Parts: sequence; C-alpha cells; structure tokens
Amino acid sequence: MRTLYILTAFAVVLTVSLLGFRGRVFTHPPMDVFPEWAFPGMKYQPKLTQQTPSAFFSDGRADRVAPPNTVASSYGPAGQPLRNDSFLYQGRAPDGTFARGFPPVLKVDMRFLNRGRDRFTIYCSPCHGLVGDGNGIVKKYGMGAVPTYHDDRLRKMAEGEIFGTITNGKGQMNPYADKLAPADRWAVIAYVRALQRAQIGTVSDVPDDRKGELGIK
Amino acid sequence: MAKLFPKSINRLPLQLAVYLVVVVCVATAGVTYYMTPKYTRVGYAPIQPVPYSHAKHVGELGLDCRYCHSTIDTAGAAVPTTQTCMNCHNQIKTASPALALVRDSLQSGRSIPWVHVHVMPSFVYFDHSVHVNRGVGCVECHGKVNQMDVVTQMQPMSMGFCLDCHRAPELRVRAKADVFNLDSKTIEAAQGIDAARRFVHDWNIRPPQSCSGCHR
Repeated sequence: MRTLYILTAFAVVLTVSLLGFRGRVFTHPPMDVFPEWAFPGMKYQPKLTQQTPSAFFSDGRADRVAPPNTVASSYGPAGQPLRNDSFLYQGRAPDGTFARGFPPVLKVDMRFLNRGRDRFTIYCSPCHGLVGDGNGIVKKYGMGAVPTYHDDRLRKMAEGEIFGTITNGKGQMNPYADKLAPADRWAVIAYVRALQRAQIGTVSDVPDDRKGELGIK
Repeated sequence: MAKLFPKSINRLPLQLAVYLVVVVCVATAGVTYYMTPKYTRVGYAPIQPVPYSHAKHVGELGLDCRYCHSTIDTAGAAVPTTQTCMNCHNQIKTASPALALVRDSLQSGRSIPWVHVHVMPSFVYFDHSVHVNRGVGCVECHGKVNQMDVVTQMQPMSMGFCLDCHRAPELRVRAKADVFNLDSKTIEAAQGIDAARRFVHDWNIRPPQSCSGCHR
C-alpha cells in the first residue's frame, strides 16, 4: 500500500515538473484539450470570417475587395446608397473646384466638434501634435518636417482641399480614408478650423463674463 | 491448515477504497488545474513575424489603440494594415531589418503573417464594438498591452470568464473616456459600486446570459 502511495506521489511530482504552473509564458501553440482530430468541425469551422486566411483565393485572404464601380446597398450617413454627393465624398463643388464650408447634410455643432477632437487626437496628433503645430510625438523619433496648421496658406485653404488631403494623402502622408469615414473627416476638419482659430485669438474674443477666469478685466 | 492469507488482508478492501478516493481527488485536481484555459492559454506569447513592441508604441509614444486597431469600435476584428505601419515607417527607421517584412508586404501586397493570439472558437460570436462602446476597457480582456514587448494572453477567455462579467458588469465597466486607457481604473474602483451601478443603468447595459447571446 505504501509503495502505491509513493508511486502516486511520484506521478504527481512528475506531472507538476513536466507541466509547470499556471501563468507561465510560452511560445509554442497552446495545448488543445479537445483536439480537432477527435472533435472535428466545431471549434474550427470551415467558414470564412474577417481577416482570416483562405486557401480558395489566390491571394490567400478571406476578405475580398469590392470590384470597381460596385455600389453598396446601404452606406454613408442617412443610408445614402450612392456616393453621388460630391461635396460630402470628394470635397468638390459642382464646378469641380474644392468646396468651401461643410456639406449641408452634416450638422456642425458641439457634438460634431467633439467627434472631430476625438478622431484628431487618435489619428492626427501623433504627427501633427495636439494643437496642430506639427510637433507630434513621432517627430522625436525621426519623422521629417510636418507642416504647422497655423499659417495663412492652411488657414485659407478650402475645406474641400483638406478633405482631399485626408482622403488621398499628400507627400509623405499616407491616405487616412481607411481610418476615417467621410463624416469623420469633415468632423476632423471642423476641429482643425477650431485649432487654427484658437491660435490667433485675442483678448477681445473672450466673452465678458469669462474674462475673470483668465484674470483679465 | 496453514493460513492462506495474512490477517492484514482483511483491511485491504478499505485501504483500496481510501486509495481510490485519494487518486480520484488528485486526478480531479489535476484536470481542474491543467485542462482549462487558465493553464492551456494564459501566457501564450507566440513569436510574431515582425517584432512589434506595444510597450514602445503605446507605452512610450502614447499612440491610441485605435490608431492601428481602427475598426475596433465599429466593425470588430482589426489587425492593422501594412499601410498603417508605413504611415510613420516610410520615414522612421526605413532601413531597419526588423521592418523588412513590412516593406516586402507593402511592395508585394501580401499580408504579414501575424500569429493570432486570442483565438475564439468558431461557435463564439464575439463583437468588439458593443463591448468598447459600453464601457468595457481593452485592459479587461487583453491586460496591460501597453507594457508588453510581446503580446501575451492574460485572461483565459473561457466561457466562465465571459460570464463572470456578463453576470456582474458593474464590477468591470469604466468611464467612456477610459475605455482605451489601459492604466485607468474601473468606475467601481474609482468612485464606488453605486456609481458603477448607475453607469450600468444609465447606459442600459444588459449583457446576455442566455446561450444564444454568444452562440448561434
């Protein structure tokens, strides 16, 4: 009987020393308690999901790109099926020049500006800086010259042209169309306008009832 | 006639029964400890084809999770595109051998073969957007990725793990501004359980506990 207990204890020690404890860091694929060969077809179903590989398509991806000139059945704000609003989707006026102002379908209000600030902070501030002065964090790591928003060229640039820059990129800046939906791009532009205005503000811009907070009379 | 068995044999059935109980207990303990995701999955840190460090990019530079994982609050699965890397690395460390695969991918159009760390079984229908838009922070499931050089699975991602939170969301939710801040506190830790209950009520957080909530 004693031998049996000693053998059991030995087996326990052997198991623990082979398998270790919870929370160890390992690089090999995790152990599968219910392996696929014994329980097929449940955990790894042969369906294609987002960003998964597929042996069927020649590029090895399950995700497909829509063929050219495809029209999505519902897309855009207010479910606009066709992207035929050139102001909203290209930033162009009917005559083909860059449009000024914001598309009439979007309501420029505080909520819109807050959305713009949110998106700007995520996607633009790493390079352009939180106040748009071109001194983002990546500059310390060797990013080349990033222009400041606070000069006359960019203050006077049409909103539609800024929209084009976000959508298609410019110079060393890659397009951000995959990260910012068209309405978000306009929200970012609204916030950029707010940043530009803030930098050229004067004392006369401060409402009388708030002047006390800044210590001015 | 000489005795065939010694007298101690009389105790053998009882001893065997006791031993059987001990063995069953030890085996149960072993299965519970080793055959659940808390052992099999937690700590999984595969070697990635590109040695990308979240500690560097998120912890040091302060990039937002969504800069790269940009569809996480609208569409879900969001391994960043190669172009995302190149937004900065077309100018920074352009000759680094660590980035050779990224440059190749941009040239050829083929995907970088990132290794999937947090794998859900096909029968689980998990959606990131509903979680991050209702106050469940990245850190709840993914741990402090901003301190990881190599992404390591920190939570078992088992059904029990999901249900713990679905049954008591007030213990895990955080303010909307803190969802993507991996160093933030839950509302419960920062302002107490009453504030957390109010948040759950105000945001109408009613996580499903029925099977069909996650399985279809």
